[in-house]
Amino acid sequence: MPADTMTSAIAPAMTAPVPAAAPRPTVARDIGLAIGAIVLLILLRLVWPSPALTDFGIRVAALAIFATSLNLLVGYTGMVSFGHGMFFGFGAYCFGLIMQRLAVPLPIAFVVTIFATALLALVIGAICIRLKDIYFSFITLAFQMLIYSLIIAWVPLTGGDQGLQGGIPRPPFLGINLGNAFHLYVFAVVMLVVCLLVMRHIVESSFGYTLRMIRDNADRATFLGINVFRVRLMAFVLAGVFAAIGGMVMALFVSGAYPEFSNWTMSGEGIFMIMMGGLSTFIGPTAGAIVLALLNDLVTRRTEHHGLALGIVILVFALGLKKGITDFIADWWRARREAAIEQKARETAA
Amino acid sequence: MDLNALATCLTSASCLVTQSTSGLIIGLLLFLVAAGLTLIFGVLNVVNFTHGSFYMIGAYLAFTVYNLTGSYTLAVLGAALGVALFSIFFERFFMSRVYGSNVLMQLLVCYAFILILDDAVKIIWGPEFKSMGMPDYFRQPPVFIAGGVIPVFYLFLMGMTLLIGAALYAVIGYTRFGKVVRAAAVNPSMVSALGINTGLVYAAVFALGGMLAGLAGALAVPVRSLVSGMGFSILIESFIVTVIGGMGSIGGALAGSILIGLVRAFGSIGFPLFVEGLMFLLMAIILVIKPSGLFGKEA
Repeated sequence: MPADTMTSAIAPAMTAPVPAAAPRPTVARDIGLAIGAIVLLILLRLVWPSPALTDFGIRVAALAIFATSLNLLVGYTGMVSFGHGMFFGFGAYCFGLIMQRLAVPLPIAFVVTIFATALLALVIGAICIRLKDIYFSFITLAFQMLIYSLIIAWVPLTGGDQGLQGGIPRPPFLGINLGNAFHLYVFAVVMLVVCLLVMRHIVESSFGYTLRMIRDNADRATFLGINVFRVRLMAFVLAGVFAAIGGMVMALFVSGAYPEFSNWTMSGEGIFMIMMGGLSTFIGPTAGAIVLALLNDLVTRRTEHHGLALGIVILVFALGLKKGITDFIADWWRARREAAIEQKARETAA
Repeated sequence: MDLNALATCLTSASCLVTQSTSGLIIGLLLFLVAAGLTLIFGVLNVVNFTHGSFYMIGAYLAFTVYNLTGSYTLAVLGAALGVALFSIFFERFFMSRVYGSNVLMQLLVCYAFILILDDAVKIIWGPEFKSMGMPDYFRQPPVFIAGGVIPVFYLFLMGMTLLIGAALYAVIGYTRFGKVVRAAAVNPSMVSALGINTGLVYAAVFALGGMLAGLAGALAVPVRSLVSGMGFSILIESFIVTVIGGMGSIGGALAGSILIGLVRAFGSIGFPLFVEGLMFLLMAIILVIKPSGLFGKEA
């Protein structure tokens, strides 16, 4: 694990940028929360077994994994990628193609896709990370469009603009049959929670704090002996891999893959989910995913002018509220806690 | 891949002339869009992701004005003016609110506008492909040079874009307005301290950039078909151009545009399915060799 090897080199630096922050949550607490969340979500489905809820849950899981992975780059490392959708799309296509053509067990296709995405992200990242700030956004967008145009042009392999046709076979493994809606729901929920748990662990590790330091002051990180390029590249690859997992969940859900998965709108939705959910909390992008999915359902049910409605909502958020949903909750929570501390201080003084 | 066809074309004078002309047309239209994009970035340090939509609005406005009046001159002027006004509206009421905040906010506002404008075009003009056709006075026998065919409109297009480019160069380089704009790019607070309203300068730069995109749209109408979402591919190409040429450099935008135009024209013979890929490849190579672009200042 790269994070472990870096700990010793970074440890002295760690204490400086985050003095007396909130106590770092323990892994045990996070695992407890994760298990609780899985049980709760499965119970929800058992109590309320509607197909609409099942679909909604699976879609949100895929989007939330994708959005949280993008937040690893945007929120934690300060790398505004505008082409993150390419890994979502690549994951979906790679997984779908392996399942269609090679007839291997599902977990193997899953793992192979993860490695293939890591390799792709390593190559693309090594080129993109040479550029800073807005240039980085540009070139990630350009690579995404390159992958998109490859998907459109390579018709014999990808089916072109019709998408991957014929359905993705979902042979049962270990007693899990993903053709069954309930099994797929449980699978998606477990995937979501496990991915969130792992990403949570990453951002709370010393590696995660190195990412924050690079975001806040890359020069300082360099002076402290950190290989900024390597750490950024690592973040890029990790984020790409998680995005691909989101793509695979989506591919399993729709039993196919479409060029839109890798189009710029996917990346735009990713940024939208992060901003709407809130940049300052870990769970923000997940909240954003829920809001986006709800919004999509509501809007498509009422009007065909999907872009118009979504655009206006985005404008209200970006220009009016300027903060995400969980940012408001976090602010409220902090204000409450500070008020409580003040109260206590006043009581002791009296 | 069809390297034989490419080799045949490169050795035949007529094919060389035809393809170079069509490459120049693509490149020069692209230059108008990219010049506006790079101008706005150079002065305001803001990337206008809606720039492609400005091009689209210009094209549709020209289409409507031409159908109403039958005059292509009026159509071009109307498109330029209309898009310039829209740019001022967009800058004053929306973009100016997110200048100080992070890039994400700017991206998000632009993303919202791309979605809204694409849908607005679908509502106003309908979702299907539209084409205006060639104005009557350009319907003349093409010019032949060394066996290559050059439609008259292409010559007009080249002349117009070069004229606009020269005018832009003169305005930025030699007028008082140009000096203020260049000063505002370097040190806006000093410009403001000298009693110049920088807000007005920013709005004017947006208007100028938008006008260029609108002109490009209007000039492209006779040779391209119109559809909602047509702005996005030219936006991506403009990004490639500005990154190749160097952000903020108008000369770089010209060089980059013509390079991309020629790559497109000759690439479509040699690698018909991978033309887009060729452009990205070119960009990646240049970025690896010189990250700030051919004409860009070292970051």
